[in-house]
Amino acid sequence: MASVTVYGTPLSPAVSRVLACLFEKDVDFKLAPVDMAKGQHKSPDFLKLQPFGQVPAFQDELTTVFESRAICKYICNKYPEKGNQTLMGGRDGGLLAQTSVDQWLEAEGQSFNPPSSALVFQLAFAPMFGFKQDPAAIEQNEAKLANVLDVYDRRLGESKFLAGDDFTLADLAHLPNGHILVSKNEDLFMSRKNVGRWWVEISARPAWKKVVEMQNAPLG
Amino acid sequence: MAIKLHGQPWSNNTVRAMAVLNEKGLDHFAPGLDYELCPVDLRSGGHKRPEFLDLNPFGQIPVFQDGDGSVFESRAITRYVATRYKETGTDLLSASSAALETWLQVEGSQFNPPMFRIIFELGIKPLIGMSTNMSVVENESDKIGTVLDVYEAHLAKNKYLAGDEFTLADLNHMPEIYILSKSAKFDLIDSRPHLKAWWEDISARPAWEKTAVSLPF
Repeated sequence: MASVTVYGTPLSPAVSRVLACLFEKDVDFKLAPVDMAKGQHKSPDFLKLQPFGQVPAFQDELTTVFESRAICKYICNKYPEKGNQTLMGGRDGGLLAQTSVDQWLEAEGQSFNPPSSALVFQLAFAPMFGFKQDPAAIEQNEAKLANVLDVYDRRLGESKFLAGDDFTLADLAHLPNGHILVSKNEDLFMSRKNVGRWWVEISARPAWKKVVEMQNAPLG
Repeated sequence: MAIKLHGQPWSNNTVRAMAVLNEKGLDHFAPGLDYELCPVDLRSGGHKRPEFLDLNPFGQIPVFQDGDGSVFESRAITRYVATRYKETGTDLLSASSAALETWLQVEGSQFNPPMFRIIFELGIKPLIGMSTNMSVVENESDKIGTVLDVYEAHLAKNKYLAGDEFTLADLNHMPEIYILSKSAKFDLIDSRPHLKAWWEDISARPAWEKTAVSLPF
């Protein structure tokens, strides 16, 4: 029986980041829905798991963890022998390799995530939930993201994956927003040769395909 | 082995790296842990020169270099130093993986974005000849209240963010709170008793005092 429970919907980018990691690591889990339309994420019971009232929340037996990138690191630390063994530092696994993963995971969180999340909201969630799109916000964030992707393109011309020769958490972290953005505007990624090559490769991984299947599954 | 930290003492991200180096160097168990702060002249585009972009392709400070390699992103730097020098001075990683990873990430994702926008306006812009935008300050001060309330409740039940010991999770918050403490918006922390007590405790650490005296704030 799975000792791991993930709270949230696979359609949430942050939740899907955790699911991708669990599939990569072959760690069994249960997905518990959180009815955000009914405000379940602000209920006292949920706030005990995630005091900011956001998804995902995560429980492994009695241990709770939140923040999707923290959950991913926790999973890698807790289950080192399972599934993909190179997510936190490649075959090398030493401190410098781990630090390279940390470095590019921080780059994702600090440089890629803000403009890409803003664009995901504008291009995907706003229309879905009936909010008005903001053309200025779209333009500004596309420009910011373009600068970040230029840096990525240079890096990925020198290195197979962001942190080195192996697929790691640093690449995985990009899958949720990347997937949505590529579906709305393929050009952003695919017009850059190395980013395009990298994107095709990481999005073809079986673990990510399982997440996308969950996202596309009919409700109920 | 020469340690170089490329950055500026008015940059909160550089200060984060300085803080961890001072935490590790204080008791002199590791001779040679002194580091050189190499100023990067942003005004003249020092951060966009090819030699700098080779170190950090994002063209941002800080960058850390030691005998084994170079690291960018301040939180990757602090993690590296805390891990590499785990046996020297205070062990900054002494907490459960769940709590440590969670609160390290909370700092980067929840706390820092609004807090940086406040302290950049109030504390950093004046030092680099730019003018403060008070409407950004007021806007972000309103938004950060709910985040700080979560911290307040958490610190009512925990001595430090990741448990009973001071860790990297606490340290990573220090530059921004310090800069805030020199501004008119420190009541954001000061008005919350557990946050205030936690700040008074961690900022009284000798390693922090050594960092603070070298700063221009």
